[in-house]
Amino acid sequence: MHPAVSVIFFTVTSGAGFGLMFLIGLGWPMPQGGLGVFIALALAGALAVAGLVSSTFHLGHPERAWRAVSQWRSSWLSREGVLAIITLMLFGVYAFLWFFFDIRSTALGLFMSVGSVATVFATAMIYAQLKTIPMWQTWLTPACYLAFSLTLGLVLAGMLSGNGVVGGLPTALWASLSIVLAWVLKMMWWNRAGSIGFSTTGSSVGSATGLGSIGDVKLFERPHTGENYLTREMVHQIGRKHANKLRLIAVGLGALLPVLLMLLAATGVVPTLFLALAAMSLLAGLFAERWLFFAEAKHAVSLYY
Amino acid sequence: MNDHVRVDTSPHVSDEVQKTTCYMCACRCGINVHLRDDGTGTKKIRYIEGNNDHPVNRGVLCAKGSAGIMQHYSPARLRKPLKRVGERGEGKFEEIEWDEALEIATGWLGDVRKDDPKKLAFFTGRDQSQSFTGWWAQQFGTPNFAAHGGFCSVNMAAAGIYTFGGAFWEFGSPDWKHTELFMLFGVAEDHDSNPIKLGLAELKRRGKKTIAINPVRTGYNAVADEWVGITPGTDGLFVLALVHELLKAGKVDVDYLLRYTNAPWLVIDAPGTADHGLFARDADGNALVLDRESKKAIPYNGKGVKPDLRGEIQLDNGLTARPAFRLLTDKYLDGQYAPEMVSERTGVSADQIRSIAAQLAEAAFEKEIVIERAWTDMKGERHEKMIGRPVAMHAMRGISAHSNGFQTCRSIHLLQILLGSIDCPGGFRYKPPYPRPVHAQPAPHGGGEAGKPLAGPQLGFMRGPQGLLLEEDGVTPQRIDKAYSWDAPMSSHGLMHMVIANAHARDPYGVDVLFMYMANMSWNSSMNTSGVMKMLTDKDENGDYVIPKIIYSDAYSSEMVAFADLVFPDTTYLERHDAISMLDRPISEPEGVADAIRWPVLEPDRDVRGFQSVLVDLGARLGLPGMTNEDGSQKFKDYADYIQKHQRKPGIGPLMGWRGEDGSKTGRGEPNPEQIDRYIENGGFSLTHVPDEAMYYKFANKAWQDFATEMGLQDGPVECVFQLYLEPMAQFRLCAQGLAEPKTPDTHKQRILDCFDPLPDWYAPFEGEGIEASEYPFHALTQRPAAMYHSWGSQNAWLRQIHGHNPMFVPADICDAVGLETGDWAWVSSHHGKIKVPVKRMDAVNGKTIWTWNAIGKRKGAWALSDGAPEAEKGFLLNHLIHELLPPKEDGMRWSNSDPITGQAAWFDLRVNIEKAEAGEAESLPQFPAQDGPVPDGDGPLRYGAAWLKEFMTR
Amino acid sequence: MTMLPERQSGAKSLGLVIDLDTCVGCHACVVNCKEWNTAGYGAPLSDTEPYGDEPSGAWLNRVHSFEVTPTDAPAQIVHFPKSCLHCEDAPCVTVCPTGASYKRAEDGIVLVDEDMCIGCGLCAWACPYGAREIDPVEQVMKKCTLCVDRIYNDNIPEQDRVPACVKTCPAEARHFGDLADPTSDVSILVAERGGMDLMPEQGTKPVNKYLPPRPKATADMAPLAAIAEPKAEGGVLGWLDRALDRL
Repeated sequence: MHPAVSVIFFTVTSGAGFGLMFLIGLGWPMPQGGLGVFIALALAGALAVAGLVSSTFHLGHPERAWRAVSQWRSSWLSREGVLAIITLMLFGVYAFLWFFFDIRSTALGLFMSVGSVATVFATAMIYAQLKTIPMWQTWLTPACYLAFSLTLGLVLAGMLSGNGVVGGLPTALWASLSIVLAWVLKMMWWNRAGSIGFSTTGSSVGSATGLGSIGDVKLFERPHTGENYLTREMVHQIGRKHANKLRLIAVGLGALLPVLLMLLAATGVVPTLFLALAAMSLLAGLFAERWLFFAEAKHAVSLYY
Repeated sequence: MNDHVRVDTSPHVSDEVQKTTCYMCACRCGINVHLRDDGTGTKKIRYIEGNNDHPVNRGVLCAKGSAGIMQHYSPARLRKPLKRVGERGEGKFEEIEWDEALEIATGWLGDVRKDDPKKLAFFTGRDQSQSFTGWWAQQFGTPNFAAHGGFCSVNMAAAGIYTFGGAFWEFGSPDWKHTELFMLFGVAEDHDSNPIKLGLAELKRRGKKTIAINPVRTGYNAVADEWVGITPGTDGLFVLALVHELLKAGKVDVDYLLRYTNAPWLVIDAPGTADHGLFARDADGNALVLDRESKKAIPYNGKGVKPDLRGEIQLDNGLTARPAFRLLTDKYLDGQYAPEMVSERTGVSADQIRSIAAQLAEAAFEKEIVIERAWTDMKGERHEKMIGRPVAMHAMRGISAHSNGFQTCRSIHLLQILLGSIDCPGGFRYKPPYPRPVHAQPAPHGGGEAGKPLAGPQLGFMRGPQGLLLEEDGVTPQRIDKAYSWDAPMSSHGLMHMVIANAHARDPYGVDVLFMYMANMSWNSSMNTSGVMKMLTDKDENGDYVIPKIIYSDAYSSEMVAFADLVFPDTTYLERHDAISMLDRPISEPEGVADAIRWPVLEPDRDVRGFQSVLVDLGARLGLPGMTNEDGSQKFKDYADYIQKHQRKPGIGPLMGWRGEDGSKTGRGEPNPEQIDRYIENGGFSLTHVPDEAMYYKFANKAWQDFATEMGLQDGPVECVFQLYLEPMAQFRLCAQGLAEPKTPDTHKQRILDCFDPLPDWYAPFEGEGIEASEYPFHALTQRPAAMYHSWGSQNAWLRQIHGHNPMFVPADICDAVGLETGDWAWVSSHHGKIKVPVKRMDAVNGKTIWTWNAIGKRKGAWALSDGAPEAEKGFLLNHLIHELLPPKEDGMRWSNSDPITGQAAWFDLRVNIEKAEAGEAESLPQFPAQDGPVPDGDGPLRYGAAWLKEFMTR
Repeated sequence: MTMLPERQSGAKSLGLVIDLDTCVGCHACVVNCKEWNTAGYGAPLSDTEPYGDEPSGAWLNRVHSFEVTPTDAPAQIVHFPKSCLHCEDAPCVTVCPTGASYKRAEDGIVLVDEDMCIGCGLCAWACPYGAREIDPVEQVMKKCTLCVDRIYNDNIPEQDRVPACVKTCPAEARHFGDLADPTSDVSILVAERGGMDLMPEQGTKPVNKYLPPRPKATADMAPLAAIAEPKAEGGVLGWLDRALDRL
């Protein structure tokens, strides 16, 4: 699949925003004082909204984006939109109360947290629902999205709260646990993706053309000699070397370096700085991870090309 | 939301529908052109579809026809007459007014006509107005006229006319409704493209079998039920092996042979005399046969004659003679034609050859068709029914474009005739005006006197050596292309591919003006493209161009435009008048006599004129007879006026429908000033059904003869005896043996002895014989893609997306041997040149044959395309590998790369080697400097139809 | 509404039956479709760089070709036209967030209401067949409409009220009709010729069917029996005598 920058940015950033929102809703330690609260709220809101705005750059007609909330009964994309809006509205009320009246409503927060989880889950389901892309069609896809969202949220929360302690553990350690979980899930995802091909459906050039019963089928000529929407969008080819390099970057920046930085943060020396660096590294790593999520995905249409 | 209101299911389509004839290829389909106001008061094309009532396409339309909108609005359209200002080939022009352009041309042509008319070489390309352009050239007085048949498929036309007075091409058609078995030789997309597709569909519907003989298994060959992946140039051998099998088994239609062919005619056996190989004839010139009852030689057409096919007789003059059929059986029963003997060479297994022979016999003789319809033959004998041998064949380019193409095509006709399957139910049928055998065709005319018209048409069918167009010395050709000389004695269409080379070499002489129309000679319509570009730009010691003046007419900024000194901008096919005429190549179908017109369904928005109207104007300016009134004024206002008023013979004009002053006559009749209007009212064509009794056996059918005479297709009955044994070939052999006049020059003797077998024969293609097979072990071919027609398609915004560049398809075996993979680049070399091409591996192809799509490659700067267009960057032409001359013989002599009988360009003889190219720039080679265009490059994006977008996209 | 319509008894399932045994790969359907639809239903089918380095455009129907190699016969080419299959269980419809993509209850045609399309492309992702393309200029999703503006159009002659691709196909490789009606010509064709679904495993239940290529013939006809010693008197010449005597 074509790795569109807007969509990569959307999934990572809004994941971070809603991850943070989830933790805010749970009452995770946050900075004190007007400015601190403002920064926390602004960061969560900005990331979530920036992600959503970015996703509209992917649209041919962003001016009609408002129409996308209508089909929540059948469409995960619509659900995602609806959930994001509801969650953001809850967040708006929550933020208003917190900022102006210093009230962190537990009930409202819980709703907001549930909304955040649901939104990220819906985002992931946009991809995980597609039977045409077996690599994506697995419970691991939402699991990864949720785990990375949570990890991003934790790293950011730790950064904001100066590595605040919950349940006796500093946030950096929570984040470390989360990042391990996320990458275990991602490794499972990659492991599955490496061998899945079209085995979930059994689709092949033979079944795509119906000619498999005659003999070995291969493409002779494309319908047009140039590229078209389908080849650009769904028959994206990525070199193995290129992919391996990007995986190293994803793991290095998205797992190893953040863990190291979080362990440094756990030592208590300038944890905010280390966690901020960890957040940036993680974001960069996840951009690479998400780029690969799209670029390596094989669509059934590629069987025709 | 209610679904019903979401879409308008009955929208307005168009304001008017105009019916004319397509011109996106040579198929001549009827089209409905839907026109609609674009909101600014301008009529635009909304849609082009097939005309349901049209005899050619019956409502269907191919990709090319459907892309007509893009052709019509192409940015490559020329806009005004052009005068060259740069060097030839650069494409630098100034736009001039029509008056100036016509005055320049009149000056040049007037001088030529006054001094030596043959110094004008007038050759037209893919136009469909040769009866007019030929007539114009005849009035001008130059012998140097032809259309492009010589490098197209003259072998098919000539072999057909000489053998049975008809031809493949679009001049005949399989009897799709009745045939049981169809054989298709060497056809990718070609003439008659939609009728063939419709016919194949009919066979599929009826569950009848198609056998395709073609090295490449694409297109029609892909859907055929059985594929014969033959090695190029060996079809004749394959066919003669089938003949061998059929003769051996006695599976031939003896009655048919006796009645309708020259199989019983007596051939004199007297080696070393001037009679050897000729027919024994009576004093009136009637061929003799051996009567089985009287055992005497009597005229074949005598009453009650019962000819023998096998005996021998001593004639009154003491010479021995045998029926042609006896010679024929002796020849083809020889073991050299046995399936196992031809198998290796043809690449076809002996089993498959035998199986196909058996299928042919079964279809012809076990599945005989009987139509209960009485008919009377030309001898007056009444037949109660029409008997059909339902085997149909069609063949084209893959047969034609070889140096053995004439004989190969004759071999196919021999096979058809032995089976009794020409123009019978289920067989191959003539389309009117055919049958028209050689003696009913014009003979070619040469000469050319200053200021005078030629005595007759330049092109025709050579009767024998006496008619050759030679100078007094009996050697030097009269024509610039050397047609009808010893080089190509039975040329019927001229040799367009030799014109520029000969004019450049001043052999046999130089020309002053080269005048061409719709012929992309500096690109895909020539062999040796780079060489031709050089010939067109070469200068002599005085610094003048070797070919002094070039006038060219084209509608588009083609590669050839860049090499012209003066350019007449032509119209598009929707802006012009044309006659698809019975005098030329009408649109008849076997059951209907039909011709058609084109007419301007849109007015040009540029300062352009239909080329034929320009010729009418030039003709008057030059004072040519037939084009000028007595007072010297212009006789025809334009081409449309000519179409309606011109009479070739009294009562016979370009169009056959609605003749007579009131439009009540068909075929014969006085000119009708409203004739074109009547055609327009009728959908652009005229169709008259052939009477039931005349439907089959037209070559011998009295009802057909009466009908054809009444319709003006012929002036009286025309006897058509199939010439299995072709006597003129024997005459040429006698000349080569020095036994008859004119004597063949030494240089040509052996070749005529080798190739002019009066019976269909096979010899190895010349190019393969002239090179080391190990050096160039492979064959290389092109095929026309169904969605693109020559270079015209490359400017078409839609078609060029389908074929924007072309790979070289290489069989898996060659890939493995040479180390090639899809995506690699390779060097392909011939005895003449080397090209660098992208490679695509393929399995469904003859293992010794590489191939590509034809004419996709473009020169940079042409056709209003960007310089980086894929056609120029990656596309390529095979033409660079093909020389117009063969490799030199030991004596240094270089023959034309043509069929020695007709002069047909032998581009499919090409032999090549292929090797992997080192990694480098992904660009095909050779490349040429970009030509300047007289029109700006096209731009985009294109939103065709946006004019009619109403509420969509605005809410 | 992007919920799929309830299947109503008596409702039609209009679709195409494409004969892979007959298609010669000429692209007539491809271009005629473009021609009809660029000036018809909805936005034009645009082309970018139409005369430039990378010409590309939106098309509703494209013809691929495949090389098929049986184990015991030479490789063959199959031309393969492909456009929207108007699936019963159309995933492209249910994923649409705006309701632009819908399947008509009365005849099963899957359409896009372009005014509502936001150009997110998700429906194209959901389609396993590559039947949907975003127009490069108009930025809305384009797809085969089964010529819904022809088949019911009172402004064109009745015999032409079929999709443009069907009317124009010179090889009669395309058939149009109601596949819900077992007595329709197309249903009979499907039954007789073993019409197949593309990628049935995707669960889309395509309405369009493909007729597989008929088996190719092999050189299996027994050779003709030769007349003994063809050149001898009793051979071809003897046979000729007898043949002539019969006439």
